[in-house]
Amino acid sequence: MLEIRNLSAGYGSFQALFDVSLEVAAGESVAVIGPNGAGKTTLLRAISRLIDARSGELAMEGRRYNDIAPHEVVSLGIAQVPEGRRLFPRLTVEDNLKMGGFTAAARRHHRERLDFVYSLFPRMKERRLQLAGTMSGGEQQMCAIGRALMSKPKLLLLDEPSAGLAPVVVQSIFELMKRIRAEGYTVLIVEQNIQQVLQVVDRGYLLETGRIRMSGTSAELLASDEIRKAYLGV
Amino acid sequence: MTTNARRIGLALLALLLVAPLLGIGAYPMHLMIMAMLWGFIYTSWALMGRLGMVSLGHGAFFGIGAYVVVMLWNHFGLPPLAGAIVAVLASAVLALLIGYPCFHFRIVGHYFALVTLALAEVVRLTIVGLRDSTGGSLGVTPAPGIPAGESASLFALQFSDRTVWFYIILVMWLLSLYVWRRVDRSMTRLALQAISEEEDAAASIGINVPRSKLGVATLSAVMTAIGGVLYAQYQLYVNPETVSGIAISLQIVFGAIAGGMFVTLGPTVGAVFLLLLSESLRILVGNQVHGLDMLIYGALLVFFIIYMPKGILGTWLEWRERRAG
Amino acid sequence: MEFFDIFLLEAIVNGLLLGGLLALLALGLNLVFGVIDVIWICYAEIIMVSMYGIWWLHSVQGAPLWLAFVFGVAVAALLGAALHHFIVRPVLTAEPINQLLVTGGVLFFLQAAATVVFGIEFRNIGIQLPGVSVGELYLSMSRLIAFGVALASIVATYLFLTRTYIGTAIRAISQDREIMPLMGVNASRIYLLTSALGGALAGLAGCLLVLQYDIHPAIGLSFGPIAFLICVLGGLGNLVGGFLAAFLFAQFISVGGFVFHLEWGYVLAFVFFIVMMFWKPQGLFARRQ
Repeated sequence: MLEIRNLSAGYGSFQALFDVSLEVAAGESVAVIGPNGAGKTTLLRAISRLIDARSGELAMEGRRYNDIAPHEVVSLGIAQVPEGRRLFPRLTVEDNLKMGGFTAAARRHHRERLDFVYSLFPRMKERRLQLAGTMSGGEQQMCAIGRALMSKPKLLLLDEPSAGLAPVVVQSIFELMKRIRAEGYTVLIVEQNIQQVLQVVDRGYLLETGRIRMSGTSAELLASDEIRKAYLGV
Repeated sequence: MTTNARRIGLALLALLLVAPLLGIGAYPMHLMIMAMLWGFIYTSWALMGRLGMVSLGHGAFFGIGAYVVVMLWNHFGLPPLAGAIVAVLASAVLALLIGYPCFHFRIVGHYFALVTLALAEVVRLTIVGLRDSTGGSLGVTPAPGIPAGESASLFALQFSDRTVWFYIILVMWLLSLYVWRRVDRSMTRLALQAISEEEDAAASIGINVPRSKLGVATLSAVMTAIGGVLYAQYQLYVNPETVSGIAISLQIVFGAIAGGMFVTLGPTVGAVFLLLLSESLRILVGNQVHGLDMLIYGALLVFFIIYMPKGILGTWLEWRERRAG
Repeated sequence: MEFFDIFLLEAIVNGLLLGGLLALLALGLNLVFGVIDVIWICYAEIIMVSMYGIWWLHSVQGAPLWLAFVFGVAVAALLGAALHHFIVRPVLTAEPINQLLVTGGVLFFLQAAATVVFGIEFRNIGIQLPGVSVGELYLSMSRLIAFGVALASIVATYLFLTRTYIGTAIRAISQDREIMPLMGVNASRIYLLTSALGGALAGLAGCLLVLQYDIHPAIGLSFGPIAFLICVLGGLGNLVGGFLAAFLFAQFISVGGFVFHLEWGYVLAFVFFIVMMFWKPQGLFARRQ
């Protein structure tokens, strides 16, 4: 579904990604793991066209989309839950969700999508008129994910969904990932929490200092010596 | 400054010093006087402006300078030289009064600009409101003070010979450049540069931010007030709309920025530019269609801000540097 | 003694009526600033242009008044959008001072343009609405209408901002511009729409002012500064704050002008503003930025 070929990207004179290639097939859930500063967020920004690709190809369902405007990416079926949640703090939960379903296509199914998100997150329904900025980290994460789901995406991107959350909450977030997978969504997750994320995805890529160093099924990655020594403290 | 530039500069200065003696007509001399006067005023504003304290209210100080001397002369016979001291004190007090809380509470950017705008309007409205003494919107002229048979009066600060004004304003203008240099070179300037860019960092290394800002702001205000005094005594007519309020405040800002407020001679270049612009437009066009000159003026100002944010001189210097480097 | 009370009461009521109008002025300015982070120094001049537009279509071309009003609002909306697209956009990434100054340049330009096209004589649409007696008070009908329309527009704008998708997007973009593309929102388009809306509100204010005042190229200078100060007082970008501050300010102008002489009301209001700046520098009801 998503094909990234030889992607290079960066900020000004600083290059963050070098020749990155990955793909996500329909129905799969894939993780991109790696340490801080590896370029994981840059990768997602490039996929969502928030930054330009310096070279390489971005393709969705076989169609190259390097040149489309950033706000058209949602219409391709790609929705992102950005790093740090990035909810609109002074809008209500419901208004935040509304923004997720802003495109014309999404608006047609607004009611249906809203019901779906509320069924996934009953707590959000309770708090629908609450200002998003006043909620706890975990609740905000739920809202952010729900917001991305409002556009009925084909591919859901998640940027470090567990960052900054208490361990108990992190647990529930990964449970949520499993559920979303079960609903049939194609997911690409970027995470530092390697142990937990590999439990919920099919495959993974290891990104270090802007390059893909390794890839494989989650079982393979969990078993690999390199990963175990460097990241799992074994 | 390169030695060549220095030589050219000195030559021009020498030329300027003897200009009145070269038999220049009244009108060109008037233009030169106005150029130097506005150069003086714009430079005074730029003292603050370049350090991030953008005031849209210098019309307040200009107006105070102009009206205080004229009012004290007309109503109490106080000689303008003494009146100027009163104006200076008044503007200093006002600057301190407004500046102290502003810098103390870190009122910056848009908020600061709008507070100063309010100030300029208060002064304008006060002048208009006191119409019984000030003549309101009609303006007022200083009472004639030159004794019969003579051509000048230091007491009344009125001179019928334009040449005298030429030299007075020339000296004041050079003084403003000198002040600029001094502020620029002193430790304070390095400090203030740091301040305009990063207040917290500056404060953390012990620079007393509010006090430094206040000093420069007060200096700027006082000099502008003196400009007002000179203006009133030279033009012999003042009007609340032209010497106070938002219009003149904006003009001052434009003049300083059009020339380039980060360079010593920038504001002066701006003054020359604006003067030539408004005069030539007035001659070419102003008499046929009322307001066409201002139209082009406004359009050019917009153009300048968008395409030459460093001003004429600033952009030219930058271009030269880039060519060299 | 009785007369004094009545006139004071009238001043207070007139202050309320004025407050409604000023609140409308503040709304447009606050909207643009809150969303785009730019102060349109030429805001009052947009109002002036719409007033001339109304006068021209109605008094010169003979069109019915309601059509002239629609025209006035449309012209102002277009002007707002054009202002943003051609003038503000290039300096969005520059120093805030440049943004202030560029709209200052437009102020001069619009004033001059009005002078060139319409001359410096005072114009008037020649509509004289009767006074109205409310109890023992004698009030101006045009002021009452202005108050009503202003309030209705403010409510309409509020509903627009809270109930519609675009309105919600406008509120959202002022809170986090960067992620708007992730929502499928074209940020530049929202800015443009906001500018058009700000212009339209100015045009609406023009419709109301044209019923009460003469038109002159420089009238923007009479109420422009007031509008800015109200916005700052209420907290720049704070729509509710601006609304409340407008009424407060209007009371100072009205009652102050009544107790002292006309201009002194304004002076008092301005001085009040400066004092307030020191008590609450971020505005009386500031948003936490």
